[in-house]
Amino acid sequence: MNTSIESANKQVYEALTNVKDPEIDTVSVIDLGMVEEVITEGSRVKVVLLPTFLGCPALEIIKKNTVNAVKELSFVDEVEVEFVFHPPWTSDRITDEGHKGLRAFGIAPPPEHFEEDGSWHVDCPYCGSTYVTMENIFGPTACRSILYCKSCKNPFEAMKPVSTMM
Amino acid sequence: MSSTENVLSPEYKEAVTNLLFQLADDDFLISYRGSEWLGLAPHIEEDVASSSISQDTMGHAAMYYTLLEEVGAGKADDLAHLRPAQERKNSILAERVNGEGYYMETPQYDWAYAVVRNFFYSQAKKVKVDSLRQSSYQPLAETAVKVNMELYYHLLHWKTWFVQLLSSTDEAKQKMNDAIDLVMKDFGDVFSYGNDKAAIESNNLIASEEELKDRWKANMAPIFESLGLAVPAIPEAPAKNGRNGEHTEDLTTALSTLSEVYRLDPVAAW
Repeated sequence: MNTSIESANKQVYEALTNVKDPEIDTVSVIDLGMVEEVITEGSRVKVVLLPTFLGCPALEIIKKNTVNAVKELSFVDEVEVEFVFHPPWTSDRITDEGHKGLRAFGIAPPPEHFEEDGSWHVDCPYCGSTYVTMENIFGPTACRSILYCKSCKNPFEAMKPVSTMM
Repeated sequence: MSSTENVLSPEYKEAVTNLLFQLADDDFLISYRGSEWLGLAPHIEEDVASSSISQDTMGHAAMYYTLLEEVGAGKADDLAHLRPAQERKNSILAERVNGEGYYMETPQYDWAYAVVRNFFYSQAKKVKVDSLRQSSYQPLAETAVKVNMELYYHLLHWKTWFVQLLSSTDEAKQKMNDAIDLVMKDFGDVFSYGNDKAAIESNNLIASEEELKDRWKANMAPIFESLGLAVPAIPEAPAKNGRNGEHTEDLTTALSTLSEVYRLDPVAAW
């Protein structure tokens, strides 16, 4: 019980690296930039998460997995997970590690830049080619789009960029 | 957020509650109508896109119902599923059927109507959400920022369909123009706050009805101009005002279908 808050928080963050996206097991909630805050008070831990898209059905699963992962820690008795909408999650919150993890799964990470007209471009996550076409801005989940690589002839998905500039 | 309940004056809280019901019920009903198109859209990519939009929009409704729960209006799931038609505050446009027939049997749905309704609705939602970002009610202002990011893609999608079909064959143009007439007949209460107009506007929750109408027309003007068309007029006085609980039979049947499973066992965990 005498664990200092700092080291307790560190342990919680480490535990959260094991909470993966339910559909993309190469990225964690940390990689996706969904963790806004961790508050530790003795054996009670509160994790504040930012949902990616409001209608995302994976949120309840992520919540459950977060509770289970943090409960594994020896000093933890109670875990609370809260979703907040401020600040809003934006795709630039995805970390470098997250970008790597997404590519490893065959998903192009969101673009770093937007054109002036709001359009954007991503490269093929398999071969790195820039010669790609957009098949559908909407994809299998709310956060993804469907593209096709004209170079390596693979269909692939991309994380849909969202920003407060839109 | 949970502490807000205690500090709001009763009048302010009532105005917030009424506005939230209008926003929540609008998105809830239009996304339900969108979900009825699942498997029936013109091609598979459109099926993916439009159902994704419906899912986002249902998420927006869920957020507004959650804000209602936070001001003590009741449980979000109950508010969505169990309120009878006369208590609903959605616009008539959001509740209208997609066309003749029933989606489980022989739907004769009208894609032109879907495109026009969703485009005009999304643009109306856009001017509202832009205004809500400056709302005096902070939780609503924060939600609007999030909704706006997703709405960007919806608007882009429906605008693309709208412009393409109106630049297509004579038959397409005819169907689109018929759909515009049909949608505009129901547009009279889209920007109405009903009997709550004074309370909603004076508390700076959102811009006035008149301002929002003007912004909607201004946003639509360049698109109509590029198609050689005039922006249709918004009816001054709606025949029925959904904001005051006046609705069509379409809403009653929609509610009975969409809440059927929920009503079987309201205490079940989802």
